[in-house]
Amino acid sequence: MSHYELRCRECGKSWGNQPRSICDDCFSPLEVAYDYEALRASGALSRERISQRPPNMWRYSELLPLPQGFEPRLPVGFTPLLQAPRLAARLSSTAAAGNLYIKNDAVCLPTLSFKDRVVAVALSQAKAFGFDTVSCSSTGNLANAVAAHAAREGLKAWIFIPADLEPAKILGTNVFGAKVVRIAGNYDQVNRLCSQIADEHRWGFVNVNLRPYYAEGSKTVGFEIAEQLGWRLPDNIVCPMAGGSLIVKIKKAFDELINLGLVEAKEVKFFGAQATGCSPISTAVKTGSSEIEPQKPNTIARSLAIGNPADGHYAIKTIKGSGGWSEDVSDPEVIDSIRLLAETEGVFTETAGGVTVGTAGKLYRQDRILPDETTVLCITGNGLKTTDALAGVYEVERAIAPKLTEFETYLQRTLDVSEIPGVIAAAEAAGVGA
Amino acid sequence: MPITVQIPTALRRHTAGVGSLTCAAVNLGDLFTVLDQKFPDLKPHLRDEQGQVRRFLNIYVNEEDIRFLGGPAYAFQEGDEVLLVPSIAGGTR
Repeated sequence: MSHYELRCRECGKSWGNQPRSICDDCFSPLEVAYDYEALRASGALSRERISQRPPNMWRYSELLPLPQGFEPRLPVGFTPLLQAPRLAARLSSTAAAGNLYIKNDAVCLPTLSFKDRVVAVALSQAKAFGFDTVSCSSTGNLANAVAAHAAREGLKAWIFIPADLEPAKILGTNVFGAKVVRIAGNYDQVNRLCSQIADEHRWGFVNVNLRPYYAEGSKTVGFEIAEQLGWRLPDNIVCPMAGGSLIVKIKKAFDELINLGLVEAKEVKFFGAQATGCSPISTAVKTGSSEIEPQKPNTIARSLAIGNPADGHYAIKTIKGSGGWSEDVSDPEVIDSIRLLAETEGVFTETAGGVTVGTAGKLYRQDRILPDETTVLCITGNGLKTTDALAGVYEVERAIAPKLTEFETYLQRTLDVSEIPGVIAAAEAAGVGA
Repeated sequence: MPITVQIPTALRRHTAGVGSLTCAAVNLGDLFTVLDQKFPDLKPHLRDEQGQVRRFLNIYVNEEDIRFLGGPAYAFQEGDEVLLVPSIAGGTR
């Protein structure tokens, strides 16, 4: 018997283990519940035991809904937690070095986003449930992850995407041999269509009928942050929000670690980040609403462009309940923030990461995050997938001849004109400082 | 002025298996009245105790979320196709 099962988030009814995402009784979402007593009694989870396991997300297997006998075939997760002192100095003039961290899922394997974590868990269950085809609606990163993991597992993949997705994300799905279906509509329309398709076809939709299992994979971001901080919780988490699931699951991860005695209890504040052009969750937080008012997305942060977030209600609850807040940033701020993170810490993130960094800056300026607090920014995707967002930012320079004299002339000209290569230099030139 | 309503699998056990329905409802409130009369078991699954549409139920008219069309104020047009879709629903077959 499994040590986990599906339970309704609202009425608490048990649904065993099956491909299902909603409670037929009250229509509310299901989530995976664990037998924590049995886990504690087994003694399987201790800091020492976990630390001896291979450095990937499977080191927390007992806290994931994995089928019996599951053998992981990919070393997903355990991405670097980087100190970000140079970024901290830019985001807050009084930041103490060493308090700001980047959880860098831009280098999560195998497809360079945190979606590898959720898909790894979802596909383990897809196989156990006997699906031969897996599917998803996606704003890109999930498409890449489902396609790659399906290839590895020998499953067929059908991927549904909004037609205007970044070319790199489409190519990065095609290459794994997945069937990509472009839909003339936004993500919310694609998602609605997938709900209908899942009603008609016996496929494993990772974010529809496998959603409760899939979402649990996000917890590993939280487990890793705690372990990498030396088995302690941070003061603040800043997390990008699309469907709103990740921020909720990091909170669940921290609660589980406290519950199992792996970390000391602590009130962590959760801060949600959105693009202003698609900000249904941050709007609700800022206006004091507990419900989502859907929006029509209009932002370059296409991986976050979900106007009717499935977990929006729970994201609002998590943020408000923790004493946190939510902010949103404009598209130009997203671009500047991508460049700022790259120029300060050598991390090239996609637009969603720009949203997170830009939002963190706002939160520091609003004194909602204090400089002496330990703060972790969740960077969830890789900049090489959204290079079109930076189109036109950098001029292609005229090539010079391979001669030293040519270079010396070039150098002199460059120094004379004091060309401005980055956002930091531009800010300094304008006398803005930070 | 007939409109068509599509009922997802998850709700069909409350409609004796009926998957779609044609009726002459003029707006959302009217449609609920029609559904309540025809399928009394369905009622608590569509609205909560306060009579509000359930949080996790989305209603679409011709592929558009009804909230973008004015919600309860939207007047159905002849031939409208109304979809009831659980917000993260999926088949269990």
